[in-house]
Amino acid sequence: MEILRLSALELGNKIKKHEIGVREAAQAVLDRIAETDKIYNAYITVFDDALDYADAIQKKIDAGELSSPLAGVPMAIKDNICVMNKKTTCGSKMLENFLPPYNATVVEKLNHAGAVILGKLNMDEFAMGSTCETSYFGAAKNPWDDSRVPGGSSGGSAAAVALNEAYYTLGSDTGGSIRQPCSYCGVTGLKPTYGAVSRYGLVAYASSLDQIGPIGKNAEDIAAVLDVITGKDDRDSTSVSFDSGKASASLTGDIKGLKIGIPREYFGNGLDGDVKESVLNAAKTLRSLGAEIEEFNLPMVDYYIPAYYIIAAAEAGSNLSRYDGIKYGYRSEKFTDLYDLYLESRSEGFGMEVKRRIMLGNFVLSSGYYDAYYKKALQIKALIKKAYDEAFLKYDMILGPTAPTTAPKLGESLSDPLKMYLTDIYTVSVNLTGLPGLVAPCGFGSNGMPIGVQFIGRHFEENRLLNAAYAFQQATDFHNRVKGAAE
Amino acid sequence: MIIDNSLIDYVASLSRLKVQESERERLIRDLGNIIGYIEMLNELDVAGVEAMSHAFDVRNVFREDTVEPSMDRELVLQNAPAQKDGCFKVPKAVE
Repeated sequence: MEILRLSALELGNKIKKHEIGVREAAQAVLDRIAETDKIYNAYITVFDDALDYADAIQKKIDAGELSSPLAGVPMAIKDNICVMNKKTTCGSKMLENFLPPYNATVVEKLNHAGAVILGKLNMDEFAMGSTCETSYFGAAKNPWDDSRVPGGSSGGSAAAVALNEAYYTLGSDTGGSIRQPCSYCGVTGLKPTYGAVSRYGLVAYASSLDQIGPIGKNAEDIAAVLDVITGKDDRDSTSVSFDSGKASASLTGDIKGLKIGIPREYFGNGLDGDVKESVLNAAKTLRSLGAEIEEFNLPMVDYYIPAYYIIAAAEAGSNLSRYDGIKYGYRSEKFTDLYDLYLESRSEGFGMEVKRRIMLGNFVLSSGYYDAYYKKALQIKALIKKAYDEAFLKYDMILGPTAPTTAPKLGESLSDPLKMYLTDIYTVSVNLTGLPGLVAPCGFGSNGMPIGVQFIGRHFEENRLLNAAYAFQQATDFHNRVKGAAE
Repeated sequence: MIIDNSLIDYVASLSRLKVQESERERLIRDLGNIIGYIEMLNELDVAGVEAMSHAFDVRNVFREDTVEPSMDRELVLQNAPAQKDGCFKVPKAVE
């Protein structure tokens, strides 16, 4: 259906000009979800009052009360971001029936802009996983091949955009959870600078690394979403006030003289040949648009994964201690005393990957091991940051792959967690250093699966990343290719 | 670092998790592999490097110590598995 092919901004413009009604657009997407989501399982919950909400937004538009270019455009949200009185499950049995008593700040901001939120999207349990297969509600499937994973943890958020089951979505990214599924599903996504977007109402996994960001069909759309969701928030004391101007206004398409560094270490052993070729071709395209591309050596790459998994697990072990079977969440039926209630509720409520990370986290924080693991990881993090700082003295941005391969087959990754962790090699350093990272489609493997190129920028320079991706997308059409399912 | 039964039981108790006997062998293997891998950090000499918690300069965030409206009690309790007289209900915790 033609209406589904529009970008978020194109639809927003047609809604503004009264060429398309808000209910009409929402109905088209709901029909699409009803048709395709049985197979792909991108949604955990579709709101039954979405059309009423669409009507309410239409009234506000007609009354001239909404000025956002995204007013009336249907979207959906990863299921670890709180929407008041709508189930927010985090992909876990633990929160299967959790009804948040408040809205996340990003949800308030979207409501204020007139977004039509259709539902909540599938994810790895508590955002722990790289495939969307640890979801208690069943794996989501890759839109390009339903025998493959959509990536994770924001697998539902990336798949829904690729399937035209939402014009844009929000995901969260702790170690690549927005960027890697965007690469696997052939869509565009941004992990903003740590602190650029309020985390109030985002269910915590690893608080020093977690960040909410947009996923969409192209750089223009996600720039418009970013303009809606950024800003300092008193309810998240790590959120930061910064003024780099509107992201949408920074899309000039001019990247002449932009200095882009390519780390040699990102193209070594373990990188699939198709991915390498596509990413290097993207660099050639950027050079033809006037960017100056240069290879360089980026130290510390071998230590990304150990440092990341120590820090992420330590924070997860602490954050997830709140699930006690008392205040909210799952409570076991079989307990005799308080200790038992904790033990049984947590053991029955959490899945295996979550338990593994909680235990790893409590191990690295435990007496006798803290200095050898946790403290050391924080020292390594400082060295990783230093390596990036030095690179950014020479380059405006860094370009590289997002994941070592295209999307793996369902079931291939679960048997060996360490092997799955190692595939996060190109994404986790961005979270450790708080930098912004953007992924845009840049090609296809010989298996027909999409490949995304990653742009990494200085703190609070997401506008520069968006403009580089915009320039790239003006010169290429990878982001416009429609996978089989949506034709 | 040897990951054995007693370490698994210790970490599980810190985590308030119960290890099913059917999961035990796999847990020992998986955690052993992961911890074995992260031990590569020992290769690196980090003497004198300051541990970094935040990736860029931030300052403490203060606000005036004034009373603000808080969430209604009913809303706070709406997700509680058990409640009584406006409180969370738990098994008897003191004798």
